[in-house]
Amino acid sequence: MLVNEKVAIEHGLKVDEYKKICNLLNRTPNITELGIFSAMWNEHCSYKSSKLHLKKLPTKGKKVIQGPGENAGVIDVEDGDAIVFKVESHNHPSFIEPYQGAATGVGGIMRDVFTMGARPIANLNSIHFGSPQHKKTKNLLRGVVHGIGGYGNCMGIPTIAGQTSFDSSYNGNILVNAMTLGLVKKNKIFYSKAAGLNKPVIYVGSKTGRDGIHGASMASASFDEKIEDKKPTVQVGDPFTEKLLLEACLELMAGDSIISIQDMGAAGLTSSSIEMASKGNLGIEINLDKVPCRESKMTPYEIMLSESQERMLIVLENGKEDIAKKIFDKWNLDFAVIGKTTNSKNIELIFNNEKVANIPINNLVENSPTYDRKWKKSKLPKKNKIKKEVVKKLKIKDVLKKVLSSPNVCSKEWIWQQYDHTVMGDTIQKPGGDSGVVRIHGTNKAVAASIDSSAVYCWAHPLTGGKQVVAESWRNLISVGATPIAITNCLNFGSPEKEENMGEFVECVQGIGEASEYLKFPVVSGNVSFYNQTKDVGIKPTPTIGGVGLIKDYNKMITMNFKENDNLVLILGKTEGHIDQSLFARTILDEKNGPPPEVNLFNEKNNGESLLNLIDKNLIKSAHDISLGGILTAIAKMCIKGDKGIKLKRSKNLINEIEYFFSEDQGRYIIEINPKDLKEVTKILNKNSVHHEEIGVIIDKELIINEKTKVTIDELKSYNTNWLTNYMSK
Amino acid sequence: MKSSVITFPGSNCDRDMDVALKKFGFNNKMVWHNDHELPNSDLVVLPGGFSYGDYLRCGSMASKSKIMQSVINFAKSGGLVMGICNGFQILVETGLVPGVLLRNKYLEFICKNVFVKLDNKNNKYFKNLNKDVLELHIAHNEGNYFCTKDQLKEIEDNNQIAVYYCNNLGQIEEKFNPNGSIKNIAGIFNKEKNVLGMMPHPERMIDQNLSGEDGSLFFKNLINNIK
Repeated sequence: MLVNEKVAIEHGLKVDEYKKICNLLNRTPNITELGIFSAMWNEHCSYKSSKLHLKKLPTKGKKVIQGPGENAGVIDVEDGDAIVFKVESHNHPSFIEPYQGAATGVGGIMRDVFTMGARPIANLNSIHFGSPQHKKTKNLLRGVVHGIGGYGNCMGIPTIAGQTSFDSSYNGNILVNAMTLGLVKKNKIFYSKAAGLNKPVIYVGSKTGRDGIHGASMASASFDEKIEDKKPTVQVGDPFTEKLLLEACLELMAGDSIISIQDMGAAGLTSSSIEMASKGNLGIEINLDKVPCRESKMTPYEIMLSESQERMLIVLENGKEDIAKKIFDKWNLDFAVIGKTTNSKNIELIFNNEKVANIPINNLVENSPTYDRKWKKSKLPKKNKIKKEVVKKLKIKDVLKKVLSSPNVCSKEWIWQQYDHTVMGDTIQKPGGDSGVVRIHGTNKAVAASIDSSAVYCWAHPLTGGKQVVAESWRNLISVGATPIAITNCLNFGSPEKEENMGEFVECVQGIGEASEYLKFPVVSGNVSFYNQTKDVGIKPTPTIGGVGLIKDYNKMITMNFKENDNLVLILGKTEGHIDQSLFARTILDEKNGPPPEVNLFNEKNNGESLLNLIDKNLIKSAHDISLGGILTAIAKMCIKGDKGIKLKRSKNLINEIEYFFSEDQGRYIIEINPKDLKEVTKILNKNSVHHEEIGVIIDKELIINEKTKVTIDELKSYNTNWLTNYMSK
Repeated sequence: MKSSVITFPGSNCDRDMDVALKKFGFNNKMVWHNDHELPNSDLVVLPGGFSYGDYLRCGSMASKSKIMQSVINFAKSGGLVMGICNGFQILVETGLVPGVLLRNKYLEFICKNVFVKLDNKNNKYFKNLNKDVLELHIAHNEGNYFCTKDQLKEIEDNNQIAVYYCNNLGQIEEKFNPNGSIKNIAGIFNKEKNVLGMMPHPERMIDQNLSGEDGSLFFKNLINNIK
């Protein structure tokens, strides 16, 4: 096939980019080479619009063993143990084919983690759908949930936490972000950097088929009405093969045969081989006749661009081929020596005894385009005046009912009951809490993980929103008694070629950077997903933050369920009554404008660290961070979980009761303490200047808001649990 | 007491079972599906998971793997064989226990705590247990037990029903049936009661920090019964 500008454009390249390729090569590329360039230079693989901004994120810290740039980030969790983790998007494929799209998203992120030598110990996910009334939402939700469960359950990795939201901005572009944590010994981490000449390059795993060709390019473009035509670009997953691949790789990794290893994810054999060679400053030669193929007559172009799942590329020590082959034979997986490392610094492909591609690797990697896109700064919106007469007419109980049963607050048990969350026998905090917690097998330690995003805040003011998501992740970890260590981010945005969308990206990243710097909560891995838009309509900016923390003694873990009658309930952090952008404003007042709540990083840090201090002194019986839906929503959830009630005191706070209960000011927690500890708790909080107030006392089975308003726990449960089940069964 | 846990390609509760058996005093060995010989054992466990990726039918390919002939011989000579979840599915595929396991009634994977009522304590598994209702954990997509009317009569006549899904009070009603199983059956024995297949996972309920501790009761009792 003749290559020209038109063909290049069909591959998603811009005219300038095509010209640059011809200049770099000093000739016209052939079709295989063009395919390789298009795969390496698309947004998904090259980060060409984002890398200038991502550089500004704080990525270092005492506990960081590996920051961004590898298959996943790695942090130190003491005693020679390390946690490998990352979050990644699989948005575009999941909208086209929800089951396979979501399943292979989960499969891909687990491969990223076990490529580094870590056994996956927990999965999380953050999924976002269009309005519940939209005709596609229900099927997409069902398909995505089945896909996530289908893959993770079969692999035998517990899914311990997640987040689900609905917003009409996702009507045409759902989001599926999957996160995995793995456990590895610090001295047994594997990296993707190749080293040494003439080392055998090994292909293992499934055979290569024609599925997923140009998947990464598809993920780098917007959708239009021809979206159904893109189904063949979605990969098909086989979790059974991945389970075998996991066991086989870990078995091989126990020895000393591997120099470097890389999973074949986006852009398959192309990006894996090029990344390994590039990091080692080497060349690589691959004989494509040796690649195990599922179908006959596959062309070099197809072999290089296939995104068939469950495959790995390994650079082995010389002479270790037999040892390695024996392990992969045992697990019934393909094993083939397909090439070697060279000193040419080129990628050279041989097919039918002919050289079918020869590209200097630096042209594909270092010389890939970088764009400093134009972007528009957002203004902080003006505060709305709350219509006092409207608020006065509202009954608290009605508002509480609406908020608890709203799609974004209601219980997601229908979803997480379909995920195996207890396999591996170490899940000590299940989904539905602030964070999921798994023990580090055979130790007293446990790892907590949370996944969060607040698209509405980011949409209203990206800088504040970016900060808020990091702060919320931090709070969710602290609420279970974990010391926050580091985060991974999945940045879901519209088109970087539109100034508004690019502005949202730049400022969200700035906010994330500021918060993670201040909280010493560095970013160790991540992924960017642009072009989440159909035609001209983009999604609300949705940076997803996955936070990981350590609980040194899991007996000190905290849960959110109210524990015991007569215990006192306190609020940490100040309630100012910020209503704009709250769930209350949007669902009850139908007010969509205004600024998000301000994020005061000093208070976040101070309040959070003070709570950790109280937890460490065994003074806390239960804790929960206050987020979507405000104080009363948080309290109601603690009642539901604990099957306990509370008698609320009249707050000394001067703001209106409704604003007090439903505002979404940041940096706040609800805690339960034993009355005998009140003095000590107050002393510590006062000493640290943490604003706090006593709000109530725990009683049996009734939420007493004031003399006139009481709600039984069974009522609260019915508000909270029924919406999703009813919606899905209709 | 010696136990063996078989690992099939795709098993994923094999380690959990190993941890549980060792915790309660078994000297456990992991046995690879491709081996011919079963080590000397007092108990053989077929663990949960997705052997052979559930391809063809859950448990069907594993039931034909090399080690299974030894397991079947061991069972026929009176040895204790317990299949949990996918292990139960493998057992029905070998014919060691009657019936089949269909897809869950609501076509969804279910992971949650359930209560089961013990029906028959005249066997090595449940003898001397001082509780009639256990809280265990299920995690499966195909746990909907089904058999023909004739089979059911035979099973009932021979007291082969091991555990029923119920509530915390031991009431066996349709509303406590998570997957549509006939008669709320959660587990059954062979005629001789040395082979037990059940969907709930006792190995996930072995310490207070997990979902519960009724699994501990089960294993402690089991090893005492075998001694």
